[in-house]
Amino acid sequence: MTKTTDPAVRTLNVAVAGNPNAGKTTIFNNLTGARQRVGNYPGVTVEWKQGTCRRGGLDLELVDLPGTYSLTALSEEELVARDYLLTRSPDVVVDVVDASNLERNLFLTTELLEIGLPVVLVLNMTDMAQDRGLQIDAARLSERLGVPVVAAVGNKGLGMDDLVAAVAKAAGDVPNLPASVGVCVDGSPQPGEVSDAGPGGWFVEYGDDAERTMSEMARTLVDDKPRRWHKVKLLEQDHRVLEGLYTPGAREAVTGLAARFTADCAEDVDTYVARRRYEAIGELCAEVLRQPDRRTITRSDRIDHWVMHPILGVPLFLSMMYLVFTLTFSAGTPLMEVIDRGFVWLAATINGFWEPGADSPLRSLLVDGIIGGVGGVLVFLPNIVLLFLAIAVLEGTGYMARAAFVMDRFMSKVGLHGKSFIPLLIGFGCTIPAIMATRTLETRRDRLITMMVLPLMSCGARLPIYALLIPAFFSPTWQGPMLWIVYVTGIVLALVGAQLLRSTVFRGDTTPFLMELPPYRMPTATSLLVQMWTRAWLYVKKAGTLILGAAIILWFLTFYPKPDADYVPPQDFDRAPATEAVSAPSIPYGQITDPAQAQAAELSYSIAGRVGRLLEPIIAPLGFDWRIGTALIGAVAAKEVFVAQMGIVFAVSEADAESEALRDRLRARYTPLVGFCIMIFALIATPCIATFAVTRQESGSLGWAVAQTWGLTALAWIVTFAIFQVGQLLGFAGSVGAA
Amino acid sequence: MPLTMVSEGTKAILKSIDGGHQMRGRLAALGLLPGTELEVIQNSGHGPFVVSVRGSRIVIGRGMAQRMEVDE
Ligand SMILES: Nc1nc2c(ncn2[C@@H]2O[C@H](COP(=O)(O)OP(=O)(O)OP(=O)(O)O)[C@@H](O)[C@H]2O)c(=O)[nH]1
Ligand SMILES: [Mg+2]
Repeated sequence: MTKTTDPAVRTLNVAVAGNPNAGKTTIFNNLTGARQRVGNYPGVTVEWKQGTCRRGGLDLELVDLPGTYSLTALSEEELVARDYLLTRSPDVVVDVVDASNLERNLFLTTELLEIGLPVVLVLNMTDMAQDRGLQIDAARLSERLGVPVVAAVGNKGLGMDDLVAAVAKAAGDVPNLPASVGVCVDGSPQPGEVSDAGPGGWFVEYGDDAERTMSEMARTLVDDKPRRWHKVKLLEQDHRVLEGLYTPGAREAVTGLAARFTADCAEDVDTYVARRRYEAIGELCAEVLRQPDRRTITRSDRIDHWVMHPILGVPLFLSMMYLVFTLTFSAGTPLMEVIDRGFVWLAATINGFWEPGADSPLRSLLVDGIIGGVGGVLVFLPNIVLLFLAIAVLEGTGYMARAAFVMDRFMSKVGLHGKSFIPLLIGFGCTIPAIMATRTLETRRDRLITMMVLPLMSCGARLPIYALLIPAFFSPTWQGPMLWIVYVTGIVLALVGAQLLRSTVFRGDTTPFLMELPPYRMPTATSLLVQMWTRAWLYVKKAGTLILGAAIILWFLTFYPKPDADYVPPQDFDRAPATEAVSAPSIPYGQITDPAQAQAAELSYSIAGRVGRLLEPIIAPLGFDWRIGTALIGAVAAKEVFVAQMGIVFAVSEADAESEALRDRLRARYTPLVGFCIMIFALIATPCIATFAVTRQESGSLGWAVAQTWGLTALAWIVTFAIFQVGQLLGFAGSVGAA
Repeated sequence: MPLTMVSEGTKAILKSIDGGHQMRGRLAALGLLPGTELEVIQNSGHGPFVVSVRGSRIVIGRGMAQRMEVDE
């Protein structure tokens, strides 16, 4: 697969493989300059990502693979890694190994070596290994395995040049290697150290009987030179490899041979194979690894004693959430006001080009549509950035896996297990990567359940809705709790929804919970900043494209067409309860003199008004008028559009786009109960288009995506209806709790 | 005895796993084989376990722990 474009530059296809959380993506990002997601929990990367790296006269086409403990491939993302390695045959496989956990990590290495592709072993996290007092003789390891071994500290970018040199060497090219080959400072490898041994292909011996059986199996295959890996998998009766046998009779022959071997073997074949591997690794480690008497209880364990405490764990998680959300809310406010003032100034400047009171469609488009709409969304950028910063901290420290542990109690009650909670937590940022993250769940049933309820986790795009409405309707002391209630409502509904699906569509046993718990790590400032910046940029880009488009369309729909002089506004309009409503009188438009009334008449004539009028009978029981209705329809494109449309409808021909002014108008029109109902409805209802698309792709069927959309919309209606009606009965219709 | 009976801070040797091909495969890849020594780091009487195996920490659900026989 080596293609040469410029004779001086070779292009090499390099796959980065290894155990989950070994630092593959960190190294991939270092080499390619990409900004793929990194996090301290297993299963961050779930699909392969490509990038290029040009160093030292070498063009590397790098592919970052999802992590996997073995090539047996039980979950979707492991299958991605396995298929890539077997079908694409990269020129070199970079096997990233966590040096602080060498023995377990080498298990995959034995399998990679059996595939027979050139391998470069990266001893990553040598800093951790050193902390634990481990001493690894890299030179000896390289000699024994017969592959180049490179020491690295991924998150500090150490060892990358050596890695590139070793890749070139493994691919059969020998540029001048650094002279530091085989230098050991205190017995453990240092970044900068490259060791290499001649060809010598180390592999695990499975014993005479097994080897004989494998040779016989190989003879039944058409492929005259099967990889050793294939033979071992045949011995293990790997069903995917078996299904790949097309020759008539081959499968029967292989199964027969395996059965014969099993009969003589004291244990299951797969256990036998795994044992032989670990025995070989054990011998190897005895030679190359020196470890002090392990003090088993580490600092991480001591922290976990409290973080994962059986009684304190859940309250701790909930207070952490409270802290995160209130902080994103309050800490963002000062910056928000700066941006807000910027838009006010911009609107005033644009307005200045026209004479006061002049009726210009262009002015209205710029000020009401674009500044009122897109500006109204961009104002919340600081909140979004802070939210993603908080998520990056949770991901980087390793708390994600702890939350999964703590929440297992609730998850197992609804037939899922703790691991499903990781995608749910990612959903607080954005539903799209969260749905992708369900790939780490082993069974399709768990995956589908998690996917279906995922949009109930309130994503970052919904934060602007809350950030607009909560200060409009609730006094400062209530703002934090309100936000928290909305988020917790989402989690509770997700659990209830999962339970519902489990007891109806997806019956069956609970799958066992098994997960590696990474040690706590301090995320580096750069990695946090990079993640924050990436998300901020995404938000701005979304505002400038999708939301801008939606805002222009909604602006047009809200202001056009204009009524004729003899148009009589209908009286069955705007019936939802409102604190201070202006309605259009039942006289021809041309005779209306009051500007507010004329405006109401114009709105009732516009397309949005007419659609809203059709909608009102359905949404009036939820306390919503047509304005909220059209905004909620717009929110299907992207949740932020709700805020944009509110800005458009209420900015009607006024100079300022300030969110405080918008809040005043909202407060004048709706009760706090309606405000709360809007938030609940926006939380539950109709996932955005992108969610629909990704659910369709990941579930493999349009049906699930449609079911999700309508199911959630129906749920939103029911829940909001209940809250609004009960709230009214309890007398919350008035201004209780108002600021 | 099942792993669920082992208290915190105690070492044990895994004897057998009562589970299918898949479950054994996943445990093996994480380093848990019959004959492997493990140490229970957390067992609060309910909820999942944390065990230390070959230097790494593995969370095991209670249901699964029930099906793992160990010797102290
Ligand atoms: N101490 C230390 N931490 C590292 C090193 N390399 C990476 N990390 C951290 O280890 C964690 C895992 O890194 P990732 O690059 O996301 O790991 P991955 O192998 O891509 O993980 P998956 O995608 O889940 O398979 C992150 O928190 C990194 O910051 C290292 O050399 N030393
Ligand atoms: Mg990764």
